[in-house]
This record gives sequence, C-alpha cells and structure tokens, in this order.
Amino acid sequence: MLSRTADNLFWLARYVERAENTARIVDAANRLAAMPIAYAGESNEWESAVAATGTLGLFKSLGKEATAENVVEFLALSPENPSSIRSCLERARVNARTVRTALTGEMWEAINGAWLGLRDFDRLAGDRLKLNAFLTYVKEASLRFDGSAYRTMLRNDAFFFSGLGSFIERADNTARILDVKYHLLLPEHESVGGGLDFFQWSSILRSVSANTAYHWVYRESVKPWLVADLLVLNEQLPRSLSACYARICEFLDELSLAYGRQGPAQRVARSTRNRLQNATLEEVFQGGLHEFLTELIGENTRLGQAITDQYLA
Amino acid sequence: MGVAFDEMGASGDGCRPGYEVLKRWLESTPPDLLVTRRAEAELLFRRIGITFNVYGDDAGEERLIPFDIIPRILTKPEWNILARGLEQRTKALNAFLADIYSKGEILRAGHVPDDLIYRNPYYRPEMAGLKLAHDIYVMIAGIDIVRVDPETFYVLEDNARTPSGVSYMLENREVMMRLFPDLFAEQRIAPVENYPDALLATLKSVAPRSASSDPTVALLTPGPYNSAFYEHSFLADKLGIELVEGRDLQVRDNVVYMRTTEGPKRVDVLYRRLDDDFLDPLTFRPDSALGVPGLMNAYRAGNITLSNAVGTGVADDKAVYSYMPEIVRFYLGEEPILKNVPTWRCREPDALKYVLDHLPEMVVKEVAGSGGYGMLIGPAADKKTIADFAAKLKANPDDFIAQPTLALSTSPTFVESGIAPRHVDLRPFVLSGGDKVRIVPGGLTRVALKEGSLVVNSSQGGGTKDTWVLDA
Repeated sequence: MLSRTADNLFWLARYVERAENTARIVDAANRLAAMPIAYAGESNEWESAVAATGTLGLFKSLGKEATAENVVEFLALSPENPSSIRSCLERARVNARTVRTALTGEMWEAINGAWLGLRDFDRLAGDRLKLNAFLTYVKEASLRFDGSAYRTMLRNDAFFFSGLGSFIERADNTARILDVKYHLLLPEHESVGGGLDFFQWSSILRSVSANTAYHWVYRESVKPWLVADLLVLNEQLPRSLSACYARICEFLDELSLAYGRQGPAQRVARSTRNRLQNATLEEVFQGGLHEFLTELIGENTRLGQAITDQYLA
Repeated sequence: MGVAFDEMGASGDGCRPGYEVLKRWLESTPPDLLVTRRAEAELLFRRIGITFNVYGDDAGEERLIPFDIIPRILTKPEWNILARGLEQRTKALNAFLADIYSKGEILRAGHVPDDLIYRNPYYRPEMAGLKLAHDIYVMIAGIDIVRVDPETFYVLEDNARTPSGVSYMLENREVMMRLFPDLFAEQRIAPVENYPDALLATLKSVAPRSASSDPTVALLTPGPYNSAFYEHSFLADKLGIELVEGRDLQVRDNVVYMRTTEGPKRVDVLYRRLDDDFLDPLTFRPDSALGVPGLMNAYRAGNITLSNAVGTGVADDKAVYSYMPEIVRFYLGEEPILKNVPTWRCREPDALKYVLDHLPEMVVKEVAGSGGYGMLIGPAADKKTIADFAAKLKANPDDFIAQPTLALSTSPTFVESGIAPRHVDLRPFVLSGGDKVRIVPGGLTRVALKEGSLVVNSSQGGGTKDTWVLDA
C-alpha cells in the first residue's frame, strides 16, 4: 500500500486513542478534584492531569493557571492544544477522509459521526453535567471506532498499521500516567497509608479503566506496587505496557510475514518486549520506577520512528 | 424567449416517447410518497458521504449536491445520434491537439487563427514536437450538451482538461435503483455501472510502450481540500487503483515511482485530476507543492502516460470551441453530427459591436472560464450588471465569447411547489483509448433548480438527476 496511506492509518488510530486517553485522564481528575481535601490531598490534581497528557510545557507557555476551568478547556476543546480531544478528533477525521478508501464504511461513519457530534459541545468548563456527557461521548466514539475496525477490517497491512498506531499510543499513555504519579508509588510512601493514597491510586486505575480489573486480578485492597505490576507487567490488562507490546510485536510480525522481510522496527519492538517479559517488580523498583518508565517512553518513541522510517516515509 | 421545450411533453396532455411509464407513475403517485423517497435519497447520499467543496464558502465546507428523484430520459434513437456525434467530436479534438502540437496544418491552412493557439494561456510549448503513445490527448472528455427542441442538440462546451461529475452519474443510478426498483423492472434502462471498467481499460490501453503488459495505473489528486476529492477517492476505489498525491510520487532516471510500504513501485499511467500548472514545479509553477518534480521529464522520455495529456486546455477554450465545426470537417472530412451554439467571438470587432448592442439577450462567457463563474446571462441581469459587464468586455474583448440565450429544454423536477419543469443539460463522458472509443449510455444530467434559471452548475445552486437511456 502507499506509504502515505499507511501513515494516515497509523496516525488516525493514534489520534483516536489519544482522544480517549485524554478523556479518561480528565474524568479521573474531575472525580478526585470533587473530593474533600482530606481524601484527595492538596496536590494540584489538574496540573498533574495536564502533565499526564505530556502537554505541561505547552500549557505553562500559554501563561494559564491550572484551575479546573482552564485545564478542562485546554484538554478537551482548545484549538491551541494539538493534543486536545477536539484537535485529536478533527485530525483523525482529516486523516480518515484522506484515506477513505482504506477504511471500511463502518469505520468512516464512526469517525465522521464523532466529528459531527463535536458541534454539540462548544463549552464545557463550569458545566459538570455537560462535561460528563462529553467524556462519555468521546469514550463511546473511540470504542465504536475500535469495534468497527476489529469487526470489519480485512486482516491485511491496513489493519496492522492501524493497530500499531493504537497500541504505541496506548503504551505511551499508560507509561506517562504512571510516571506522573510515580512518587505515590515509591515504596517509602507505603507507610503513609490512609485514605489519601487510596483515592489517588484508584484515580490512576480509573484513568486507564482498570479499577475493576485490579480487584479481579489481585483480590485485595489497592496497593501501590500492585498497581505498578498491573499497569507495567500484567499481560492480561489490555492497557498494560506488556499487553501493548505483545500486540505491537504481533502486528509487526504479521507485516514482516506479508512483506517477506524484517527490519529495525521488528528488532526494536522485540527487544522492548523481552525486557518487559523478563522484568520483575523488585528490579523495576530497585532501579527506580521513574527511570524505568522514562526509558520505556524513550524506547516507545524510537519504535514509532523506526516504523515511520521503515514503512511510512 | 418562449416556453421551453419540455422533454416529457408535460405542458400538454401528450407524452413524448420514452416517458410513458414515468408519466403514468408520476400521475398515480401521491406527493407525500415523493417527499418520503426524496428524504430517503438524501439520507443515502449523506451516509455515503458524497459531498463537494465550494471554494470561497466557509460556512459549509462540504455540501451535498441536491438530487432530484425524477429521472431524465433519452430514447435509444436519440442516444444513438448523440453517441455518434460525441465519438466524432472527440476524434476531431484528439486530431486537432496532435496537429497543433506538431505540424500545425490547420493553422497553416488558415482555418483557425494561429495567435488563438500560440498565445492561448493553455497552450503548452513543452508539448510541441512530443510524440504521444497512440496520439491520444483527451482520454476522458466531458461534452456538455443542451437541447432546444425534439431534433436539436447543441454542444455547449468541450471539457477536455479534467472533467468531473462521473461519480454522480454512478451514485445517482445506485440510489435510484434502490428507491424505485419497480420503474427499473417495467422498462429496460441501459446500465452505467460498467463505467469504471471502461475507464480502466481505456487507461491501460494508452500505457507507454515501455510498460509491462499489465501496466500500473494510479489516480493523482490535489488532495482532500480539492472540490472534487470525493470523486477522486470514489473512482480510485472503483478502479482498484492507488489514490496518490504528488508527495507519494518520485522520479528517478525519468521513471515515476510511488512510495509504498514495500518500497518504490513503478507507475505507468497517471489519471491525473490536477491541472497542468501544478503537475511539475520544475517545469510549471515553481511554488506548487502538489506536483511531482521531474514528472515532465519522465513524460517527455515516454515513460509515463498522463491522462489527460498536458496542454489539452487549448481545446477546452471557448474561442477555439467556436471553430469546432471547421475542425471536424478539416480532420475527418465529415459534417459535424452535433451542432455548435452560434457563437460571437468578441475578439472580432464586428462581433464585438453586435454583442455590445444585444447584451440583454445574450450569454457572455470568459473563454477560459469554467464552473459557471464570471459569465453574464443577459435576460436575467439588471441594467447595472449589464453596464458593468459591457465595460469589462470592452477592456478585454479577447477574453470573451457570446451566444444567444438558448431556451434549454426542461424536464419535470420535484421542487418545493410540487412537480415543475426545470432547465437541464447533459454531460456524457467519452473515453478514448488506444484501441477504441467507449461511451457509457447516459451521463450526468444537471438541473437548474430555481424557476427560470439557466445555470446548472453545482457551485451555483444546480442539482443532478439520474439519466436513463431506454434500451428499446
């Protein structure tokens, strides 16, 4: 297929995934911010929400204070933020329109519908009901897109490039959320205990839609190192780094099979996957969770570049 | 201007041949059913996403072309005349282009003034002396036809650059077949769905001689912001070819390749929907980012076929149009089957004087214009508009031609007030290959939805209809 078509599919999937991730982060921050300080702590939940989306630098450069109103506006609708939910859905739609013929009708309708529906949400700050409706709307749009891709696309290179986009974006997102909150997971904080940390950890789980999953997997109260285990190493959780890399390697293998050759992308992905498979929680914490995550985010970015160089440029 | 000729003959009790079934059906169908069907049609079009972009219109970046659910019908004998005339005309167009880019015999014989060609903005000196595979320049022509009475069809314009609209011909038929299966069962309507096949066969038939036996064809689009982008992606999909932008292509050693996920792949034929000016920044507009650097070198080396060829705009020109009867006679030695609308060339002083004296009765067009922009329709214009236009005309008479205001035929159309006659034209698509000429029976009927309006362009509030050629 055309490199540009593959590139468009790859980024289309990334934008949709990013929109959903941002919606979940806003949702989690919103819940936490609504709690009494005794439960939620005094840390600025809104600033760390911006940090989790990797746009703190941009936000600060705009000279705005991290209030609920400003952050919601910035993350949800702001045209100044290229990663805001609206920007993501708009760019996804531009990409989709450009590669219409590579999409199934259902996928096009999912994206086009999501874009058309944006018009109903012109202002969210200050209207919590509307904000909730918006976040639900975004999550559903993303589920619809994913579902229609999964159910209607041919299992050929178009599907694999789109899948790579979703999982590389997702891995990046999971790593960032953990990283932003990593100080809460440091072992010495273990002793603090109490209500405060509980709600913070729950909020992390919620922002990657793993709150219920945690309890099914570990069957005990929320513990910081188990949260890290779930999000980094547990392949059962679809948003964990391990699960993302399992799928990434699968798609890259399919591509090398279809095209009859391998390249740097396959090697980079496999080495990251091996690392995740062989790591233990103890090692991760000994070397420092922050360092571990920073390296992984770097490797993930390098993989994106390798895929671009090998197939999309 | 008297009452226009109605193709169904709806003004009297009678009914013209071909319309019997439709007329009976219209008379027996309650209006609210038509309303329902129209709503269903619109829903179908929205779902498919057939839209066009209107330049200079921020509010509705992508709009739906209004679709009229009442078809326009031609009988087999009527179509046969049209088809023969269209084939003749495109053959003449191709012979004309081959001539003016080589020996220029028609100019030397004095049938067409040479400054009209050599000083024409669409004349491409780069094409002079270049021998094209199969000598075909216009592989895809959209010839606009109007009708004024039962016998007389006029050619209004020859679109020899990148004619658009064929996706509507195809989608209109799909929607009609879904909404009115009974009408299709009751009579034999010639299919149009083989158009993509015919187009692909045509494009492959003009591949360069150096190409493999199964040449690679791609469609070159300016991109999603172009007004006809939907059509580009639609056609690429139906033809099963890649939809490429300039940046997807590269030229190495005068061979054109597209960048794919499996490395560079050679392209033999480019169905380009990009104007000459933007094709190659090294040859034409250096600021164009839409084209492919080096494409013209590959073209001149004979390693790629461009469809349509570069420089066909000369034949598209409305002043050249006025010479078409001579052009047909000169190359084919035949009388033209399809008539030209009588045309005054404002570049000629006598003609200019006549036109200025009769402006309120005339239609004046820019010779290089298209899309219904920049034209004057005398009978519909107020005094000030006419005076302003007269000034423009006097300042640059070479840029204009004038024609009498034709009483375009009408066809019954479902509008707000019910079923009423509206003016229509017809754009059939003529495909000229290395092997033969292919014409799918039918075309795009455009309809001026406003009462009395003669402008059918979609950019000016026109709509479309399905066009039925009855197969006896």
